[in-house]
Amino acid sequence: MLMQVEQLTRRYGETRAVDDLNFTLHRGQVLGLLGPNGAGKSTTLRMLAGVLAPDAGRIVINGVDLFDQPRRAKQAIGYLPEPPPLYHELTVDEQLHYSARLHGLSRAASRQAVAHVKERCGLTEVGRRLTGNLSRGYQQRTGIAQAILHDPPVIILDEPTVGLDPIQLREIRTLIRTLGREHGVILSTHLLTEVQTTCSHVQILRAGRQVYSGALADLEPRQQPGRLLIGLNVPPPVSDLAELPHVTQVDDLGEGRFRIHHAPGALLHRILVELAYDHGWDLWELTPERLGLEQIFFDLTVGQETAA
Amino acid sequence: MMLTIAAREWRSLFLSPLVWTLLAAAQGLLAWIFLLLVQDFRLLQGRLTGLENAPGVTDLVAAPLFRAAAWCLLLITPLLTMRLFSEERRARTFDLLLSAPVGTADMVFGKYLSVVLVLWLVVGLAVLMPLSLSFGATLDFGKLLAGTLGLGLLAAGFAAAGLYLSTLTAQPMIAAAATFGVLLGFWIVDLQETTGRLFGYLSPLRHYDGFLLGLVNSADLAYYLLFSATFLGLAIRRLDDLRLRD
Repeated sequence: MLMQVEQLTRRYGETRAVDDLNFTLHRGQVLGLLGPNGAGKSTTLRMLAGVLAPDAGRIVINGVDLFDQPRRAKQAIGYLPEPPPLYHELTVDEQLHYSARLHGLSRAASRQAVAHVKERCGLTEVGRRLTGNLSRGYQQRTGIAQAILHDPPVIILDEPTVGLDPIQLREIRTLIRTLGREHGVILSTHLLTEVQTTCSHVQILRAGRQVYSGALADLEPRQQPGRLLIGLNVPPPVSDLAELPHVTQVDDLGEGRFRIHHAPGALLHRILVELAYDHGWDLWELTPERLGLEQIFFDLTVGQETAA
Repeated sequence: MMLTIAAREWRSLFLSPLVWTLLAAAQGLLAWIFLLLVQDFRLLQGRLTGLENAPGVTDLVAAPLFRAAAWCLLLITPLLTMRLFSEERRARTFDLLLSAPVGTADMVFGKYLSVVLVLWLVVGLAVLMPLSLSFGATLDFGKLLAGTLGLGLLAAGFAAAGLYLSTLTAQPMIAAAATFGVLLGFWIVDLQETTGRLFGYLSPLRHYDGFLLGLVNSADLAYYLLFSATFLGLAIRRLDDLRLRD
């Protein structure tokens, strides 16, 4: 286990920016902190990186308590804040070298690490340019390079793909997935696609509280309550459909179309096809509606029932 | 770790035109004053020859020059120290330091070292001027050395105060203005004679005068060391506190 967070809480005045957060991060995981703006993602990451002190709670990184032995614990962290912390009067090489030395690498080790990380993040051609003159995408890459430079077990990335163009986006997501194999990565985002494409685990935050936490694999459609959209030329009364096994709710969409909500794992489509044939409903449409992460995110963060 | 931070800071200072401008301005002003002092000395020289215990070239040129250099430091220190921490906070680069395995004391001492070295450069350049007189005159090197030490200590004290004030705000200009106000306040605190000895004791100017006469007094030494240590200690406390509040 690389990171263990217990009852993490942080207030700003009366508002609780982060409220009683608990989770663990293991090697090989990419954990996505997902939430709308102002949900407490950045505050959480700042605390994990040791930049901000929490009001309560405990953070153990690689077996070392962050507050008892901050220096040892921080050795195991690579942190990319938003915006990336770059001295605009330094070149990319100087910036990376400085960061490497700050994290206790020797001169020779720094040189090697900088060369390696530049290649990994596609920075070889901009090494001698001033970070202040780089485009946002390259600044972001330099920031990521800086976070993984000293090969820390835990990598904390705050909005790592902000400002990247679609090609860079794909490269960086691939990089993060690769990093996730040997390290533990925790990143924040307000983009669902980001979580779906890069993360193995997800935590959804709303107003500082953890409202969902789990592996992305658990969100596979078959594990979730499902919905079928059907179209019938000769529809039966809605009540007949509602009485079918496993059906939880039926929405009448008009013109013979219905949305049928059913329990997880039910093979409702088979029953429907058979019944339609037997009763002459004349089935002309049968479409599964996936209830993926997006719907969960929407339900949990907006706090409404599934939209009809 | 401290040296890494000092080296980065030193580099950034000299990559900005500000430091070069300040160095040039200080050197230009002091050179002009030096010239005037040498000229005055030449006029006085004839009248001094007959006197017993007459003040020498060190007293009449070096000491007033050092006094002017002290004013010069008062003017340039706020501009040098204003960016130390406030710029890091404004540009959000401070997070890099905070998340790195670096203690607060290392950050403070590293930055302090870099800015003190810049100020000592100013001091060194100022000392070169009276030193150049040794080609044609006999200098009192003891007095010159004492004066240099005094100026160096004064610079160290000013830098510590400026560093602390730059931790208080994320706006460099506010830090500069506050530093200027605080330094000037300490400077003139002994002007009001009636307020007694305590205020007089607080003034860095009082303690500086001894050095210019060639007196290295341990009380004066202690004063400058305490002055610097107090502000550096406050800076460390303030930065630790920032983690709790920011």
